[in-house]
Amino acid sequence: MNTLRLSLYGWLMVLPAATLLALFTHIPVVESFVHSFMSTDKPKRPSRFVGLDNYDSLVADPIFWKALTNNLIYALGSVPLSIAIAMMMALFVNDKLAGRSFLRVAYFTPTILPMIAVANIWIFFFTPDYGLLEQILKPLGLGGNNFLGSNNTALLAVTIVAIWKESGFFMIFYLAALQQISPDLKEAAAIEGAGRFTFFRRVTFPLLMPTTLFVMVNALINAFRVVDHIFVMTGGGPNNATSVLLFRIYEVGFKYFDFGLASAMTVVLLCVLGLVALGQFFALDRRVHYQ
Amino acid sequence: MKALRMLGRGVEQGAAWLLGLLWLLPLVFAVWTAFHSPAYMAHFSFTAPLTLENFKNAWQAAPFARYFLNTTLLVIGILIAQFTLCTLAAFAFARLPFVGSRLLFALVLIQLMVAPDILLLENYSAIKMLGLMDTLPGIALPYLASAFGIFLLRQTFLTIPKDLEEAARIEGCGPFGTLWRVYVPIARPIYVAYGLVSVSWHWNNFLWPLIITNSVETRPLTVGLAVFASSDQGIDWSVITAATLMTSAPLLIGFLLFQRQFVQSFVRAGIR
Repeated sequence: MNTLRLSLYGWLMVLPAATLLALFTHIPVVESFVHSFMSTDKPKRPSRFVGLDNYDSLVADPIFWKALTNNLIYALGSVPLSIAIAMMMALFVNDKLAGRSFLRVAYFTPTILPMIAVANIWIFFFTPDYGLLEQILKPLGLGGNNFLGSNNTALLAVTIVAIWKESGFFMIFYLAALQQISPDLKEAAAIEGAGRFTFFRRVTFPLLMPTTLFVMVNALINAFRVVDHIFVMTGGGPNNATSVLLFRIYEVGFKYFDFGLASAMTVVLLCVLGLVALGQFFALDRRVHYQ
Repeated sequence: MKALRMLGRGVEQGAAWLLGLLWLLPLVFAVWTAFHSPAYMAHFSFTAPLTLENFKNAWQAAPFARYFLNTTLLVIGILIAQFTLCTLAAFAFARLPFVGSRLLFALVLIQLMVAPDILLLENYSAIKMLGLMDTLPGIALPYLASAFGIFLLRQTFLTIPKDLEEAARIEGCGPFGTLWRVYVPIARPIYVAYGLVSVSWHWNNFLWPLIITNSVETRPLTVGLAVFASSDQGIDWSVITAATLMTSAPLLIGFLLFQRQFVQSFVRAGIR
């Protein structure tokens, strides 16, 4: 078959997917930028170019800063911890411990639950008076908490839920990587007299680095994308203590109908994700991707 | 030395189990609440009678049957469309040297970073413009061309020896025939893996359907559950928990029955 025809076939096959991708990913990205410089379309005052007005309002909006800070805390709290726990889980399941299939199920189950369901389960866990956590703390004289209703603990609570939900998912990637480490290495290390911890520190951990990078990027993206539980558990409250970027975009866009401001916030979110992508490509070793 | 090693192993075993139990605790608690009358909520006793009353109440209190139907249709529709679109695109990227394919592939990969959920404002406008508000296709459309699926299948197709393709061509197969007769059958495990990941993802998706739907006829389970749980009608927590477990049940039971395949599939989908 000649090149021209192959090319034609190629384009024909890619076209449906490419059209949809353009329609719901690429054009919206460009439009988010464009609309962030436009005023919100209203019946009496149609949308027009307003320069940096939306960004000015954004900078002046304390709730935006609150949401951004919260989101960074949420990311910095959930990403390293879920990575560490995921790695630990994978090591446990990979070492032939008693009951490892039970353990694998226990660790992985939260992954397949809807975040909304997870949120409902955890609300009850955190509930004042009769929630499970209170039941444990009360006898110790530490009762009387309202974990989701307090400024100090609400963000922590939603972070814990994210860690619980995601660690088991990330475990899978480590498990796959661990299974590819040659058993010869373990034998060699045993002959050299290296202990288990030394082996982990000097052999396993470095070999898992590519996986860690991959998981970290995914965990970071999720930290800015997965906000479902916040809707159910706190609704962003109390006092915006658990509001994060995407949640705030939803609020401003679909509750206050300020599309201009929400677009500016979307641009900020896109920039954050862009930074994550840049970090993945430049700051860290390029060879490690996709094995 | 040996004793020390034994001790280390014991500690690891203990830690592993502790973590496992800790991880299951919220779920066990939910199961307890759902299967007991509200009187036994957070009141643990081995003699507490089991009941299905909460599930019955939940089922009657909201149109869960309809929500189940909506989610099922949605998930199946997305899966079929994703398989079709991603297979075609992946094959073209893997095997057909067309002009601009490298650039186009790079553009596709952008979606791995920027999921449609992030762009909810613009996608909302797009769906509105297409007149698909409050419809199942409206929920599905932004996810049909999935970069993840295209990438996964392309990587798989690249590992398939070209000799097989030659053989198919000699037999008189065109590109579509080759794809259908050679590539798709060989990639079957990857389709299973991708299918499981996709189904669990879309079964659980919430934010986008929340924005797009506003009627019982289109609402998927997740949104239905959230609406149900937040309606301040003094619904018992036991009933809400029962509803929660109910909406998660198909995936949960599927996972428990086929846990090896599930985990394997997620691994397969993950390491590429």
